Amino acid sequence: MTGIGPIFRKELADHFSSYRFIILFALIAMVSLITTYMVGISLREELGGVAKPKFVFLMLFTSTGPLFSLVQFVAFFGPLIGLMLGFDSINRERSSGTLSRLAAQPIYRDSIINGKFLSGVATISIILISILLVVSGLGLKLIGVVPGFEEVWRIFLYLIISIFYISFWLGISILFSIVFRGIATSALATLAIWIFFSFFVSMGASVVANAIIPLDQSTREDTEMLMRHIRIQRIVSLISPMQLYNDSTAIIIDPTRKTTRSLVLMGPLERLSSERFRRPLSLSQSIYIVIPHIISLIAITFICFGVSYAVFMKQEIRST
Amino acid sequence: MNQEPIIETHNLSKIYGNQLAVNDLTFSIQEGEIFGFLGPNGSGKTTALLMLLGLTEPTKGWARVAGFDSTKEAIKVKKIVGYIPENIGFYDDMNAIQNLQFIARLNNMPDSVSSIKIEEALESVRLKEEAEKKVGAYSRGMRQRLGLAEIFIKEPRIAFLDEPTLGLDPEGTNWIIDYIQSLSRDKNITILLSSHDLKQVQKISDRIGIMLKGRMIAVGSIEKLAKEKLGVDDKEISLDDIYMKYFQEEAV
Repeated sequence: MTGIGPIFRKELADHFSSYRFIILFALIAMVSLITTYMVGISLREELGGVAKPKFVFLMLFTSTGPLFSLVQFVAFFGPLIGLMLGFDSINRERSSGTLSRLAAQPIYRDSIINGKFLSGVATISIILISILLVVSGLGLKLIGVVPGFEEVWRIFLYLIISIFYISFWLGISILFSIVFRGIATSALATLAIWIFFSFFVSMGASVVANAIIPLDQSTREDTEMLMRHIRIQRIVSLISPMQLYNDSTAIIIDPTRKTTRSLVLMGPLERLSSERFRRPLSLSQSIYIVIPHIISLIAITFICFGVSYAVFMKQEIRST
Repeated sequence: MNQEPIIETHNLSKIYGNQLAVNDLTFSIQEGEIFGFLGPNGSGKTTALLMLLGLTEPTKGWARVAGFDSTKEAIKVKKIVGYIPENIGFYDDMNAIQNLQFIARLNNMPDSVSSIKIEEALESVRLKEEAEKKVGAYSRGMRQRLGLAEIFIKEPRIAFLDEPTLGLDPEGTNWIIDYIQSLSRDKNITILLSSHDLKQVQKISDRIGIMLKGRMIAVGSIEKLAKEKLGVDDKEISLDDIYMKYFQEEAV
């Protein structure tokens, strides 16, 4: 483990002092606060004079404002944090000639990549924790409801899943910074993969489902065929970490959701009224539903870092 | 000099893909020596240095530095070796003190100790006035001097210097060469100096080795090589003449 400490400290300092970090953090914090503020105001108006339902605090995270909910925002833009932190982590050292100098110090070679990855994870954790704390504080002020013990646990779990999710993207970007020597190439490759998982996997899933079970007039009326079509589409879309993340966080942060398969979109009031007729799930039940998703998300994060580690360790270190 | 060599290689070879970078390199260096490592670009000098330092695994053969196997005991080797690569890289957004402090921390040196050493080192390489300036604003000569400051702080037993005077003006080159000589003389650091500047290498080296196409084609003191190759017993003979003679013969 020799050498991890100094590298971790240096990388952390580099992240927090870089302009791109400051700009992205400011952007994410601003959007989060605006979203929470709008959702908080709308919840306060809708709940005025009505007995506050259980888990109303969590609705701050799941209710959509004018555009999206906080959970949706993190799912879509969160990867950018991971990508931004790692896309040039190794190739910049290589091109500036610091990698060979670093590796010439009495440290294990893996300390370099471990230190960089851990500092990235620490930065992601600090960003998410601070945003969640600020959002929770603003939410408390706006809706005047103190979160219960279970709600705090759910937010904590949401935080952990989000850290793994963004760390997966960090791992991808570090891998590209090892594989590609050019910084611009690795930046483009990381963006391309983000766009692929954001937009094309869902499109590809419907193409695959259509190829296996084409949706024509007869199959649309056959419920079993329709369900099989949707099932295939869901299975294919699960190759995307975004889908895994969306499914797992939707269940964890929303106790009234009982399945990852949702065919109907509901507004906050509809959800509040429907909640009266169905018992919310306990935390353990929610975890039980999405544990495969969570484990898959953690696994791909470790696999991604493992591949980066192996490629980095096998690469020759040259003087330039 | 009858003691065990501080650097020793045997049939050290490295193949990158289908390119033979270093071919059966066998040589040794005694403690306290300044060894001039000569050869044209692509002759395998840098690859040999990287293998000695344990940064690159040899395809064949072995290297020992101060009794440690460079491949299996790389950490021990790196503890006692200071290295200045050909294109020395520093963190441009950090100043000289921060760059040196980072290296000191990687060498497990407490900040209380390193801060005193850093001050001494920057003074010795004439960078004290520029210590707070970001390294990105440094000239090439200043960066090379900062590299030497790193050697000063680490106080290694051996220093591998890969083209430390490349791209410097004559004054800068002379200063660096004198400094390297003082490191060897005052701190008893064994120096392995890779350079194209034959005049400067001749000025300070105890022995030289000439590399060509991955092979070491000559090793010895300048007088010995002059006698062998040119048949003269003249201490004032120019290293350029010896080098060109070897180079031309091998080319033929």
